[in-house]
Amino acid sequence: MWQRVLEIIRKELRQTLREPRMRGLLLGPPIIQMLIFGYAVNLDVEHVKIGWMDMNRGTESREVRKRFSSTRYFTIAAEAGNEREAQDLLDRGTVQAVIRIPAGFEADIKHARQTEMQILLDGSNSNTASIIANYATAIVARRNQELFAEQQKAKLVGRTQNGPVLLRIPGIHTERRVWFNPELLSRNYFVPGVIVNIIMLVTLSLTSMSIVREKEIGTMEQIMVTPITPIELMLGKTIPFAVIGFLDTALVVAIALFVFHVPFRGSFLTLIGASALFLLTTLGAGLFISTISETQQQAMMATFFFFQPAFMLSGFTFPIRNMPEMVQYLTYLNPLRYFMTVVRGVFLKGSGADVLWPQLGLLAVFGVVILLSSAMRFHKRLD
Amino acid sequence: MKWRRFYAIFRKEGLHITRDWRSLWMALAMPLLLLLLFGYALTLDVDQIPTVVYDQDQTPQSRELIARLSGSRYFQIVERRGDYAGIIRRFDRSTALLGVVIPSEFGRNLAANEDVAVQLLLDGSDSNTASIAAGYAEALIMAYSAELRQEQMMRRGAGKLKQPIDPRVRVLYNNEMKSRNFIIPGLIAVILMIIASMLTSLTVAREWENGTMEQLLSTPVRPTELLMGKLCAYFVLGMTDMAIALVVGVGVFGVPLRGSPLLLIGASALFLFGALCWGIFLSTVMRSQELAYQISLLSSFLPAFLLSGFIFAIENMPLVIQQVTRIVPARYFVSILQGIFMKGVGFTVLWTNFLFLFIYAALIFTLANRKMRQKMA
Repeated sequence: MWQRVLEIIRKELRQTLREPRMRGLLLGPPIIQMLIFGYAVNLDVEHVKIGWMDMNRGTESREVRKRFSSTRYFTIAAEAGNEREAQDLLDRGTVQAVIRIPAGFEADIKHARQTEMQILLDGSNSNTASIIANYATAIVARRNQELFAEQQKAKLVGRTQNGPVLLRIPGIHTERRVWFNPELLSRNYFVPGVIVNIIMLVTLSLTSMSIVREKEIGTMEQIMVTPITPIELMLGKTIPFAVIGFLDTALVVAIALFVFHVPFRGSFLTLIGASALFLLTTLGAGLFISTISETQQQAMMATFFFFQPAFMLSGFTFPIRNMPEMVQYLTYLNPLRYFMTVVRGVFLKGSGADVLWPQLGLLAVFGVVILLSSAMRFHKRLD
Repeated sequence: MKWRRFYAIFRKEGLHITRDWRSLWMALAMPLLLLLLFGYALTLDVDQIPTVVYDQDQTPQSRELIARLSGSRYFQIVERRGDYAGIIRRFDRSTALLGVVIPSEFGRNLAANEDVAVQLLLDGSDSNTASIAAGYAEALIMAYSAELRQEQMMRRGAGKLKQPIDPRVRVLYNNEMKSRNFIIPGLIAVILMIIASMLTSLTVAREWENGTMEQLLSTPVRPTELLMGKLCAYFVLGMTDMAIALVVGVGVFGVPLRGSPLLLIGASALFLFGALCWGIFLSTVMRSQELAYQISLLSSFLPAFLLSGFIFAIENMPLVIQQVTRIVPARYFVSILQGIFMKGVGFTVLWTNFLFLFIYAALIFTLANRKMRQKMA
């Protein structure tokens, strides 16, 4: 039996590696995907272009302006002279926010009257917008505290026998300590997630396409008349792609470590073990897709149908915590979710099997169930 | 180009599409699936942050702060009697994102009019959520602090002091700040890319693989007629998907459409045409379905998904990648979509994007036409 399996593996490898373009295909896409994903998938907000609309032009408004332009979060990219110009800047997307300082700004502050400052925000990308709003109000709040303290000094003077004395007033400050990713780089969070997607996409599409191609061109009949049994065919068709999947995993992990400098705090053994368990799932799903598709076009569409929801509901960019409750329960059925947690845990938190055992166990269960049931279905289809 | 021969190819391709009911079904269900996912399940909006409180103080003051945390919709207190080890254990298992540590001198210091610091511990691995969570927590504590000060001032008869500068945030275009409102318009670009480039990338390669290309070559059909025939069949499919996405997005998910629907349809047609030409071009050059599929995945779907500003803002990318996005047609289409849907702007603001889409479509059409001629000769 093993001899025949080996024969199929050899045929499959020869077929895949014969054409130079195909050879490139095994290495090129993972690398390109890793680079595009790694650089593009980024939710950090920095150097936001803002417009400045100053109706006051006094020392205090210049002070506030300095506060904005001296952080790395904002770059003042345009000046707006009136409302229409401000609107136009936002409409064209030249700036993402316009800060509007009213004419009475300085006088109000001098006389300890409350003054208003408007932050016009392009809300179209709500995520960026709420972060911008946070940064801007934080800058104003800090300036407020300083001004507040000055005003208080003037008002809060205790009268004792020895003359006026400044009174203290309580305040609460906050100190931040950030674990695992102290610089809060979103890349450190996303790049490990990209690895999961690439392994999935590569193995899933290669397996399903390779079997369906034989069906579509008609060479499946030729294979069926040979003494090869369905199980041998299946093994021969999946083992090469498992090997390719492992090589691609090693490749993208290397890119994550050496190009993106993502910290790796766990053990490689856990990562390799988890990848092996995860490959059971993707290869099984690939087999399953090949049983429901007659043409490569159908296989491609089916791959998409399987991949898209699994990818989106894995917690890769969209936190599962924010999903509606029903959908959250649904994600428990998604093997990608567990592998995502494992990979991120191993990379960033240095977690081992002692913490990740529920995920690893579920990956194993899903992998075995999916692979076995697909194999049985594949077997029946061929008989 | 003869109308009759073009129509024959168009009909043949149409038959291929309608007879393969599985592919057709999936092609029509794809926009629904994506809309359902992005409209219903996926959101970047952060609330209900799982929070552990470690109250070393246990005084009325510290309990007041905890009450404020638990009263806010941004925080969900999962444990009230935490300690450092417990917080880290929860971080390891990802069951908490934020730890709030109130020091034992909290109540005493406040009573003695002294400053005191509250520690915020964050699981930074999901940096986006972490920095938003920290922002919310800091804002809440700052507000509490301001109130305490105010109270003290009143008690000492110093009168009320308002905060000197009142920052008023006015959100334009997406007042409810829902991520759905900007993601669903951009989704149209992704859907069209999937249908256009990915499906058509297989059509010519399939003829080569199955050997039906030879049969086509022996007919009097011309390269341009073959190209246009195949293209138009998938054009109909693509526009159907676009209509589905539009109707469901606006009708079911209530995404505001503030601009002109006509302009939207025009832009979609222009973008779809270019994308279809790209798919056919790949298919003609590659001759193998698997290769064509992989290349089109890399060159059309991924850029449309990642480099178009659909979810991930282009302004946040490294400069080199920002330059790369300039050659991604989906980027211009997503700008048009978001402009028309959310900002309600028209051709006068968006014309450069239209111009680019037009140049792209013309260029790729010429390229595809020439390749088709070479390969069929």
